[in-house]
Amino acid sequence: MPISHVVATALAAFLASAVEFVEAATVVLAVGGVRGWRDTLVGAAAAVGVLAALTAVLGPALTLIPLHALQVIVGALLLLFGLRWLRKAILRAAGVLAKHDETAAYAKEREAMLELGARGAGFDAVAFGAAFQICMIEGTEVVFIVIAVSAGGAGLLLPASAGAAVALVIVAALGFALHRPMAQVPENTLKFIVGVILSGFGAFWLGEGMGVAWPGEDLAILGLIAGFGAIALASVPACRARGLRAAGARA
Amino acid sequence: MGWIAGVAKEIWGLFVDDIGLAVASLVWVAIVWIAARWLGAAAGPALFAGLAVILVTSALRRAGQG
Repeated sequence: MPISHVVATALAAFLASAVEFVEAATVVLAVGGVRGWRDTLVGAAAAVGVLAALTAVLGPALTLIPLHALQVIVGALLLLFGLRWLRKAILRAAGVLAKHDETAAYAKEREAMLELGARGAGFDAVAFGAAFQICMIEGTEVVFIVIAVSAGGAGLLLPASAGAAVALVIVAALGFALHRPMAQVPENTLKFIVGVILSGFGAFWLGEGMGVAWPGEDLAILGLIAGFGAIALASVPACRARGLRAAGARA
Repeated sequence: MGWIAGVAKEIWGLFVDDIGLAVASLVWVAIVWIAARWLGAAAGPALFAGLAVILVTSALRRAGQG
C-alpha cells in the first residue's frame, strides 16, 4: 500500500472525525453543564463503546465482499458524501449559506436542558439519553468515514481508526479544558478540505472498481484531490457573485 | 427509539443534500462505466471532469437561488 494512501486515509479520517466530534462535544458540554457530568459522560461513553464495537465488527466483515464490488459501493458512497460536504462548504465559503455556529448550538441545547427542569437524585435518564443520542448520531458518521476510507485497500483500517481516535482524544481534551463550545475551530475550512479529500478518494475507488486505468496508477488519487480542490476553490468566487446577483435582483 | 430514527435520518443526510447532485453524479458514473471500454485511458479523466462539472453546476444553481 503506497504511503500516500496511508497518510491521506489517516488525514481524511482525522479531519472528518474532528468536525463530527466538535459538534457532539458542543451538545455534551451543554448537557453536562446543566444536568451534571456523571450521567452525561456515561451516555457519551456508552455511545463510543457501541460505535467501537460496530467498527470492529463491520470493518473486518467488509473483507468478505469481493474487492471490486466493495470499491464500487464504497466509492459511490464516499463520492456522494464528499461532494455533498464540498458543495455545502463552497456555498458557505461564498456566503450563500450561513456557517455552522457552535456557540448558538450550545446556547440552544442549554436552553432545551434548562426547560426540562431540575434533575432528580438518582440516575439522570435525560442527560444519559441526550449525550448518547448525539454521540451515536455524529459517531455513526465517523464510523462510516473510517470504514469507507479504509475499505479500498488492505491495511487501511488501522490508520483510519488511528486518525479518528486521535481526533477524539484532542476534541475530548479540549472540551474538558475549555468547558465551552469550540467555536474557534475553522469548521467550514475543515469540511472543505475533507470534502475535497473524500471526493478524491470516492472517485478513485469507484474508478478502480469499474476497472478504470488511472493515469499514474495509485498517484492518481493525489491528482484527483488536487483537481477537486482547484475546482472547489475556483467555484467560491463564482458562487459568491451569483449569490450577490440573485440577492440584488430580489431587492 | 427516537435515536434510531435520528441515526437513520443522519445516514440518509450523509449522502443526499441536493437530490439533483446525487442523481446526476450516479448517472455520470454509470455512463462512464458503460463507456469505459471505448474511452480507454480517458475514462478516469472523463469521470473526474463530469463530476467536477456536476458539482460546480449544482453549487452555482443553489447560489442563484440566493
